[in-house]
Amino acid sequence: MIAKIDDAVLTVEHLNMRFGGLLAVDNLSFDVGRKDITALIGPNGAGKTTVFNCITGFYKPTEGRITTHHEDGKKFLLERMDDFKIPKIAKVARTFQNIRLFSGMTVLENLMVGQHNPLMVASNYTFGGIFGLKTYKTAEKKAMDLAKYWMDQTRLTARADDAAGDLPYGDQRKLEIARAMCTNPKLLCLDEPAAGLNPRESEDLNKLLMFIRKERETGILLIEHDMNVVMGISDHIVVLDYGKKIADGTPEEIRSDPKVIAAYLGVDDEEIETVEQEIEEGVSS
Amino acid sequence: MTDETIKEANPGWHLDAGKVAKDLVVTALLATAIFGSTIAYKTVSAEGGLALETRYDIAFYIIAAVVVGRLILWLAVWSRPSGHRSPVMPANMKASIAFLTTKIGKGFATTMLLIALVFPFLPFTDRYLLDLGILVLTYVMLGWGLNIVVGLAGLLDLGYVAFYAIGAYSYALLAQYFGLSFWICLPLAGILAAFWGIILGFPVLRLRGDYLAIVTLAFGEIIRVVLLNWYWFTGGPDGLSGIPRPSFFGIDFNRSESGFAHIFGLEYSSSHRIVFLYFLILALALLTNFVTNRLRRLPIGRAWEALREDEIACRSLGLNTTTVKLTAFATGGMFAGFAGSFFATRQGFISPESFTFIESALILAIVVLGGMGSQIGVVIAAIVMIGGFEIFREAEQYRMLIFGLAMVFIMIWRPRGLISTRIPSIFLKEKKAVSSDMVSQGEGH
Amino acid sequence: MEYFLQQLINGITLGSIYGLIAIGYTMVYGIIGMINFAHGDIFMVGSFVALIVITALGLTISTGLGLTILALILVLVTAMVIASVFGWTIERMAYRPLRGSFRLAPLITAIGISIVLQNYIQITQGARVKPLQPIISGGYTIMTRVDTNGEFAVQISNMQIMIIVVTVILMTIFSLIIAKTSLGRAQRACEQDRKMASLLGINVDRTISMTFVMGAALAAVAGLMFLLYYGVIDFFIGFVAGVKAFTAAVLGGIGSLPGAMLGGLVIGLIETFWSAYFSIEYKDVAAFSMLAIVLIFLPQGLLGKPEVEKV
Repeated sequence: MIAKIDDAVLTVEHLNMRFGGLLAVDNLSFDVGRKDITALIGPNGAGKTTVFNCITGFYKPTEGRITTHHEDGKKFLLERMDDFKIPKIAKVARTFQNIRLFSGMTVLENLMVGQHNPLMVASNYTFGGIFGLKTYKTAEKKAMDLAKYWMDQTRLTARADDAAGDLPYGDQRKLEIARAMCTNPKLLCLDEPAAGLNPRESEDLNKLLMFIRKERETGILLIEHDMNVVMGISDHIVVLDYGKKIADGTPEEIRSDPKVIAAYLGVDDEEIETVEQEIEEGVSS
Repeated sequence: MTDETIKEANPGWHLDAGKVAKDLVVTALLATAIFGSTIAYKTVSAEGGLALETRYDIAFYIIAAVVVGRLILWLAVWSRPSGHRSPVMPANMKASIAFLTTKIGKGFATTMLLIALVFPFLPFTDRYLLDLGILVLTYVMLGWGLNIVVGLAGLLDLGYVAFYAIGAYSYALLAQYFGLSFWICLPLAGILAAFWGIILGFPVLRLRGDYLAIVTLAFGEIIRVVLLNWYWFTGGPDGLSGIPRPSFFGIDFNRSESGFAHIFGLEYSSSHRIVFLYFLILALALLTNFVTNRLRRLPIGRAWEALREDEIACRSLGLNTTTVKLTAFATGGMFAGFAGSFFATRQGFISPESFTFIESALILAIVVLGGMGSQIGVVIAAIVMIGGFEIFREAEQYRMLIFGLAMVFIMIWRPRGLISTRIPSIFLKEKKAVSSDMVSQGEGH
Repeated sequence: MEYFLQQLINGITLGSIYGLIAIGYTMVYGIIGMINFAHGDIFMVGSFVALIVITALGLTISTGLGLTILALILVLVTAMVIASVFGWTIERMAYRPLRGSFRLAPLITAIGISIVLQNYIQITQGARVKPLQPIISGGYTIMTRVDTNGEFAVQISNMQIMIIVVTVILMTIFSLIIAKTSLGRAQRACEQDRKMASLLGINVDRTISMTFVMGAALAAVAGLMFLLYYGVIDFFIGFVAGVKAFTAAVLGGIGSLPGAMLGGLVIGLIETFWSAYFSIEYKDVAAFSMLAIVLIFLPQGLLGKPEVEKV
């Protein structure tokens, strides 16, 4: 049942999150492999986003340990870090279920804000940059190159100078991922990246995620309801229900797991078939 | 629903006489309650207590004016078909307007700068206009300073005048107790104001937008009350006088051999110092503008704007939002500190009365009217506001009333200010102005 | 001890006045999430209207008790009605057009309205302070102490009794309105979810208007109390009283009616004790610092619900 991963970029151990009387996450443990795509699935209200918020520091977990492991052997205990230090030092980036872009800033500016910390250092914390020192100019050029690289990958180059809020929905989702990638994360957490996308955009997203895993050596943890995406690209799936882990394994194992089916069956009679169908399609595609 | 159908049937004219009459009666009743109470009767001191003075005539005229005004509005504005009332601009038109304002903005800024540079030497510029010019430039500088906090970082600061006061008192006190010159005190005043910005800002910056606004207001008042009551140090309500005037980099403006006029071979004139003060504040204001524009292109400036757009997203990208907010607070405070020490040296006298909440409200009104984040907007707004204040100089007691009304009308008419498009700080191919619909105003969260 | 007791009585009286103003802040904030910065000035207007009516009726200390009570009820009702008209009109003309605009626009407008009201009263009623001869006299001595310093009596005046009693009565009435009437239900519904409330057929605009009216009416009551208690008013009293009442609303937990009353009492007591034992010059500094401290350390207030950050 418990898939132990040797080279994990993230380990979550005995995570508990309590809101008043509600135990939103109940003794959850799982691993995210270094170059894997791990999906966190489960019915609505299962506590998936809460897990994300604990990992990325927006909530302080009631109990438990969340650790990232970098290739160079460095370890970071996320539950003890300030939220902004998690992307900065522990290199865990995230996106949001309801997109949070800087909508009044251009696509390029969004990607530059993603590189705030290295640019801050390069500008000598503003004191060098304000006098137009060369080190900053070079660093800014490098940052522009990285931004261009991600705009090329997400096919947003043509819209570089448009306000992020002006982009169509699908592009906004991609931009949010690109912006998170600009922080050079070791682990990328995506909260329902395919929500609201049409099949073609969703296909694009799959390719982008595969590319990130392959070329950038970044582990991906994603919450997703779209079974096409989940079954199509995940290496490893963790299933939550009522804050508890009910299954953990490869897509094949999950697909045939009776507990998982029961959890989804429990939702609604009509949804059983759709879920099963989606799983079928996900595997075949 | 039936109203709507009637409107559709007669698109040109759809006034329901009964409805209008009812509305006018209600208006008259409300106006009577409001003006009939407070204008028709006035309490005046009389022997053995208070007596009432009646002014039925004035009250009646005002009530009548309100009712007639409303009738005119019904006939002239609200009778038009609703479609014509608020034409919806197509997106491409909006974009082209944004583009046009950018173009005009560029030429406009240069023209304004040229006018500002030659202004003291224009034939019609007399002492009065020059003083007014100095006043306008002081508010331009304050507006630009506050623009960093409110316009860029999206933090509503209702106590900005506190930093202005700190700058003014820093210079006055340093000059009084240590005999330091203006040129040494100027940077010190800025640093002290920035320092206080950090001290006051640190505990409050995690508050939500409107709570932050109220706390900054409280801080502004605390500083004023302390200045008012700390008698032995600040002179309390009497203020500080005899603040040294600035020198031309060490050369005083006087009639002596070592005076400015003598050294430069000019005939002595008292206006030399005023012209010098004018260029001093112009230089300080331009410095503010230059630094702000520079900062906007640096990561710190982009972080300010990102903070205004979405604080949570900032944190998810590794931005320490506390530091980002503090730097905005401190930078804005620093420029107010500079402006404050300029104010002290120009007036030669300061007292807590110059640093009331109304002053903060005026600076904020300039920033909001100008369009938050727009540098050129602040210039226009400062000219309009301070100029408007001067026009209503005669109507001394009515001008604050007019100012308050103007603030309300501006917010209703243009909640986003005169110039609301945003110019990106960096671009790949071409710089396109961002329409105001996209730009967030920093609502806290 | 006696001195302490006397300050306690004074503090409760002052706290009742702040509490009445605070209710207006808390209700408006609860329903539309806006700090009605001009609310303190509505209180000031109410106070001036009360002064006008008292002067018009020729009410003095020599008026008989029954007549005084009748006259004061008339004053109270007039002040409440006129302040409500001010409140309603301001909401209708200045705040409603900005509903749905960015959050700070109404706050800035409210500051504008506050400036307008202050200067309007300054122009129409004059800038000088208005003294009012005491109307209600007498009181009870609760205890006296005689020692070497002389005699010290702890007193509660009839005025203080009246203020506290009227506050309690009005609080009860308004709590009942919120709890039992359909208007109160509509208000609570709008507080929870304005969009949903309107879908369910609640007239949201009207509910919001009524909230402003209720807040203004209570502020006018506080205005009359303030006038009678201190005996002097001017056009500027609304600003500081407003900030203190807002502090009270936040301290009690914004959105909570009993919280506003409790917060008012706490702020009134703090101010009284500060003035009595420390320094009267810095009493406003105490109130403003209190506001900052409460917002920083207890932003959800004493009786409010903590907010969970939505991500």
